[in-house]
Amino acid sequence: MVEERSPGARIANSLIYIVVGLLAIMAILPFWNVLSISLSSRAAVEANVVSLWPVGLHFENYQHVLNRPQFTRSLLISVARVVFGVGLQLLVCMLTAYPLARETIDMPGRTLYKMFLIFGMLFSGGLIPYFLLLRDIRLLNTFAVLVVPASLSIFHSILILNFFRGIPRELAEAAEIDGATHFDVLFRVYLPLSTPALMTVGLFAAVQHWNAWFDGLVFIRDAANRPLQSLLYSIVMQGGADAEAVWGTIGQVSNLTPRGLSGAMLLFAALPILIIYPYIQRYFTTGLTLGAIKQ
Amino acid sequence: MSKISAATLALPGNRAPARRSLAQRVKAAWPLYLMLLPSLALMIVFRVLPLWGVSIAFVDYYPLKGLAGSPFVGFKHFEVLFNSREGFEIIRNTLVIAVGKLIAGDIAGIAFALLVFQLANPLFKRIAQVTTAIPHFMSWVIIGGIFIDLLSSRGLVNAPLQAVGLPAIPFLRDQTLFPITLILTDVWKEFGFGSVIYLAALTTILPELYEAAAVDGAGRLSRLIHITIPGIMPTIILMLCLGLGRVLDAGFEQVLTLLNPLVYATGDIIDTYVYRVGLLQGNFSIGTAVGLFKSVVSFILILLSYWLADRYAGYRIF
Repeated sequence: MVEERSPGARIANSLIYIVVGLLAIMAILPFWNVLSISLSSRAAVEANVVSLWPVGLHFENYQHVLNRPQFTRSLLISVARVVFGVGLQLLVCMLTAYPLARETIDMPGRTLYKMFLIFGMLFSGGLIPYFLLLRDIRLLNTFAVLVVPASLSIFHSILILNFFRGIPRELAEAAEIDGATHFDVLFRVYLPLSTPALMTVGLFAAVQHWNAWFDGLVFIRDAANRPLQSLLYSIVMQGGADAEAVWGTIGQVSNLTPRGLSGAMLLFAALPILIIYPYIQRYFTTGLTLGAIKQ
Repeated sequence: MSKISAATLALPGNRAPARRSLAQRVKAAWPLYLMLLPSLALMIVFRVLPLWGVSIAFVDYYPLKGLAGSPFVGFKHFEVLFNSREGFEIIRNTLVIAVGKLIAGDIAGIAFALLVFQLANPLFKRIAQVTTAIPHFMSWVIIGGIFIDLLSSRGLVNAPLQAVGLPAIPFLRDQTLFPITLILTDVWKEFGFGSVIYLAALTTILPELYEAAAVDGAGRLSRLIHITIPGIMPTIILMLCLGLGRVLDAGFEQVLTLLNPLVYATGDIIDTYVYRVGLLQGNFSIGTAVGLFKSVVSFILILLSYWLADRYAGYRIF
């Protein structure tokens, strides 16, 4: 940037710093507000005097949430869906990307298959035919419904495919001359070379799996078997009986409040994202740069 | 790389591989086809088979009788969609909310990128970018849950208003305010991450252009108008083109978390209608018809947007 030293330019510069600073604070403020409410005493929350600082600091809401069996159960389901969902998706991604990364001469029909995949990515039959299909193949109300359909991510497969195409062809050829099969080349040559790309895609897939809630809500009828985010939906958006079933009866003697309990649970659900956030922010532009597909 | 090997194959002295027939090449590639089996199976089961179920839109579906036992009614459910007040409302709401988000979101992303670009302190710049992008990675259940509290009558926004004797603003309960609330909360969630692509475009503008302009006496504003904006114009055009493919996507997860019966008239969108009226209330045929309408129109718009992006922004998606 060009340096400017006039007083007017300095004022303009300071103003920009202030505006950007305020916007950054604004992005955090809602989380901060919920945190404060969840840490405040019942009296303070009910009198509605909490805004940006806890009043009557206590941790009972968090202790209570952690002690509820349904919370722990849903948390485990969420963790399981992330672990199995990401693993399965990466495997399918690699198996899909490798053949399509080869030249048409080695892999007749690759363009046609890619078109087929892209069609599948862009067109869907809609929610109801999909629901009826899951019913017919008896996938409703199973854990598999959370991980199996999501194991084919066409977008992520294409990202891996583009990365594979950047790997020098000679490496695969050298291995093939030594008698390596395609599976050897994929798992012993391409896989070790692709760890950065696989890490990126794995991270995105993990965030998607952790954040997904609509599938758990609609395709799993028994609330006890839903992942954390779907449980949150029924507590925070539907409230009433759903919330009471999870929290139990909140007495008038404790510091527990519905607002505080909801807040505590929302922040528990946000925590894993915040923990891996330093890794996520390294890859902000990956989707943008890999998005352009090199033929 | 690929061009070289293709060229080598075409050389007269290197004819052997080129002579292989298609059948031979297919045979040699069998392990590659084997690798495609998982994706093929998943494609057929989860993306192709549901297309068969689309025929529910053309019958009066009775779940107990199945598809074969349900009477064929042609385009009856589509006529209902286009001739009823509800149908008109959900299409209008979807367009208003989606287009509002696209425009407001792009403007916010561009404006924030321009502001951050002006910052000289690299640490401050980094912190500003990283903090504002956090909400993008949170689910709408978390963000929706926070906003339901924040925008309620006792929340962070309304409590101070009421404290000074002003009326509370019914962000989520008023028919006029609800779509605006949807757009603003979406802008809040996405502006930081949305600015990333514009910042990437800004960093490709040559610093020499700014220096030359400064030598010629161009002020901050004229540099913005004559260098910065033209510099990111291709990206703006690209984002507008791609946005066209999303004009029927008003943000299902957001609307579902914030929607309530008070604001159905202005807040109910195609996706929430399909879910509530179609699936939850068991009107499978109407729900399928409405969903199919959206799928077909969206598919056409996405293809059109890719073509436009290629034509006017030189960006090949596939």
